[in-house]
Amino acid sequence: MQGINKSFVGVPALREAHFEVAHGEVHALIGQNGAGKSTLIKVLTGVYAKDSGHIEFDGREVAFPSPHAAQLAGLSTIYQEVNLVPFRSVAENVFLNREPKRFGLIDWGRMNREASALLHRLDINVDVTRPIYEYSIATQQMTALARALSTEAKLVIMDEPTSALAEQEVQTLFRVIRQLKSEGISVVFVSHRLDELYAVCDRVTVMRDGRTIEVRPMSDISRYELVSKMLGRELAEELSHRRADDGGAVPDRRPVLEATDLRRGRALDGVSLSIRSGEIVGLAGLLGSGRSETARAIFGADPPDSGTVAIDGTPLHLRSPKDAVAHKIGFAPEDRKTEGIIPQLSVRENLTLALLPHLRRHGIVDGRRQAETVDRFITAIGIKCSSPDQPIRELSGGNQQKVLLARWLCTNPKLLILDEPTRGIDVGAKRDIQVLIRQLADEGLAVLLISSELEEIIADSDRVVTLRDGRSVAELTGDQISEDALMQAMATGAAADDAGPDGTSSGSRA
Amino acid sequence: MTTTVEVPGGTSRGRRVRAGLLLQRQGALFALVLLLAFGAARYGSNFATGYNLSSFTGDTAKYGLVALGMTFVIMTGGIDLSVGSVAALGGVVAIKVSEHGLLPGLLAGVAAGAAVGALNGVLITRLKLQPFIVTLATLLAVRGLALNLAGARASVAAPGGFQKLGNWSLLGLPVAAEAMFLAFLLGAAALHFTPWGRQVLAIGGNVDAARLMGLPVARTTFSVYLLSGALAGCAGVFLGSQNGSVDTAAGLGWELTAIAAVVVGGTLLTGGVGSVLSTLVGVLLLQLIFNLIVFENGEGSITISSYWESVIRGAFLLVVVLLQVRLVRRRNATGRTT
Repeated sequence: MQGINKSFVGVPALREAHFEVAHGEVHALIGQNGAGKSTLIKVLTGVYAKDSGHIEFDGREVAFPSPHAAQLAGLSTIYQEVNLVPFRSVAENVFLNREPKRFGLIDWGRMNREASALLHRLDINVDVTRPIYEYSIATQQMTALARALSTEAKLVIMDEPTSALAEQEVQTLFRVIRQLKSEGISVVFVSHRLDELYAVCDRVTVMRDGRTIEVRPMSDISRYELVSKMLGRELAEELSHRRADDGGAVPDRRPVLEATDLRRGRALDGVSLSIRSGEIVGLAGLLGSGRSETARAIFGADPPDSGTVAIDGTPLHLRSPKDAVAHKIGFAPEDRKTEGIIPQLSVRENLTLALLPHLRRHGIVDGRRQAETVDRFITAIGIKCSSPDQPIRELSGGNQQKVLLARWLCTNPKLLILDEPTRGIDVGAKRDIQVLIRQLADEGLAVLLISSELEEIIADSDRVVTLRDGRSVAELTGDQISEDALMQAMATGAAADDAGPDGTSSGSRA
Repeated sequence: MTTTVEVPGGTSRGRRVRAGLLLQRQGALFALVLLLAFGAARYGSNFATGYNLSSFTGDTAKYGLVALGMTFVIMTGGIDLSVGSVAALGGVVAIKVSEHGLLPGLLAGVAAGAAVGALNGVLITRLKLQPFIVTLATLLAVRGLALNLAGARASVAAPGGFQKLGNWSLLGLPVAAEAMFLAFLLGAAALHFTPWGRQVLAIGGNVDAARLMGLPVARTTFSVYLLSGALAGCAGVFLGSQNGSVDTAAGLGWELTAIAAVVVGGTLLTGGVGSVLSTLVGVLLLQLIFNLIVFENGEGSITISSYWESVIRGAFLLVVVLLQVRLVRRRNATGRTT
């Protein structure tokens, strides 16, 4: 691809971008969100038409008019969000539009057998006649991969394929990628996880602001260099370990929240934790250990069957999120897209949703006060948008997350629960959000931070509560918090954790 | 290398979901069998006569054809409100053209319906308008067109071959009923055994995924509206030939009967899941309720106003939708990841 340009309503997304993949090469494509990776891929695969530039595939100039045309030419894509048809069977999802036929009619027997065989190659043994929605995200991801493999592709593009996979499944994926490579098939691998890039990729293309910044062999570039190319600036010093300074003062304060022995179904089996004002408490645990469930129980979204939640020392029965909000608890859920933002509405409206009842004057929203509030938060936490009236869906993931944080902050909460606040957000915005959370805590906010990234928990938390199988099993403070200690805690009392049975089967999932 | 083996539905929740699915899919069939048994037991030989069977199926055929088209439209996640008006237009056109012979009349009626279906399809796929709005507009416009053509009063067919079409029967069943059963069999086969059928379901299940998988989304969507129009036109032809005329109220409300039959048959209104033969069961069931009320009145012991027919149908629909909603909620619950 040479000199690719593409603009959306006048805003350039790609500027003279170039990109090249050799036969049998695994090529990493990285950049912050909004750098133009996804647009570049979509231009290549015929989802978008380019404004100008040349694309050559297999020695011939091409301009695919549709994803279907690209597939026919041998170019398969696995998109970041799993793109499958939920109610249809696994086999159908693999073979849709290329069903094996006999006498012009679909040969279901052969289709099911071939789908089974393809998935078996990926170490997935499932009943391919069941609808795909009954299976875990990981299996769905593998089904998408099987679909790509079954098209006899010459180039397979994987847009963040590992974000939903457990470690063991990632290894399977890598094995498949190496196998593809040995068969002379090229792979484009998009990921935010640097470890994975170094593990499997030959070369890397770094993009920033719609331009191609760097193309280098993977073995030739250090992590530091890679990150700084992505960000376009030298990294500032690591997040300061401020908890060392403040740590002494915090324990004296009274707890804002005290949750004791929360139980709910099979998901929660005795979780206790407390958070003081000005403190960030990390909630660590493996997938399925009950982290999100704990948050939802405290917030009243899924009230616990037993156990108590006390706010400022008063035991309460929070039966719904409305109760929780009334007691000044905020909750930014894990899945921004489905549970957080309302995509069509503007930044202004999204930001003040939770505040609307307070902005009322004579039953009507007070536009002036609303505008004031919004302007204040946009500047205070640095939300990048063209105007408060820009629809939120046009913002990057990091900025959407900031709007969500602002939504709760403007209600002036005592406790903020953040479930994976930096998932799917690029490195630069991630740091902004981490710094922001620390500032808020310094101003007296109590924060419950849930993250599956150990480094994030370690860097940000004053105290870490570890969950295992729906139970709080350990609490670490200050200098005790380390990667080793946390992993030890997650594995306490369990026999074989190295196989990572959690999260690989939906049956065992809470 | 460890192998991932995943067994869905191993949990009790999974089993309940499957039980729910079975009930949702076959509930209408259970009810149909029950009501048939009830009718046969209560009204005896009168109910189970060939005459009742033949007039029942002949009458039901029109709704059946419309509901078949509607099934495919709803499977793609769309809706076709125009079918009643299209049937009226098909009937009027067929009667006008039937002066030149039976076959031209039949073809012209179907073609008129297909033309409106094609218009719906183009507006929905090319101009990306909402199916609800587009077909609401054609519902209004096409009815006006049909009335204009008919001269704003009943259009009466000349006696002859065209009228006979409605009364012909083969092997004891009216031709219309046989056409309906054949159409449903073909429809069920097309859904299950052709890529087109799978695409219809894929589009209704997740249109973005279908597009990214490279499926011909626009072409398939267009085709279901074309089919729905043609089948509605065909229903109009049978209506015209059975009655010998098409009056101004012909086809009024058929779209709702058809949607009700599709939903009772277990096809999700949001698309992506459904069964063709269950729609047939749904149509037969809704019509049977009407038939039983007629018989009950015939017994003379009590009198049920035919208005109750609508109330009973409505209640039925609600029960089915309630079941569907519960099912979808369960699906979301099982599908949730940590």
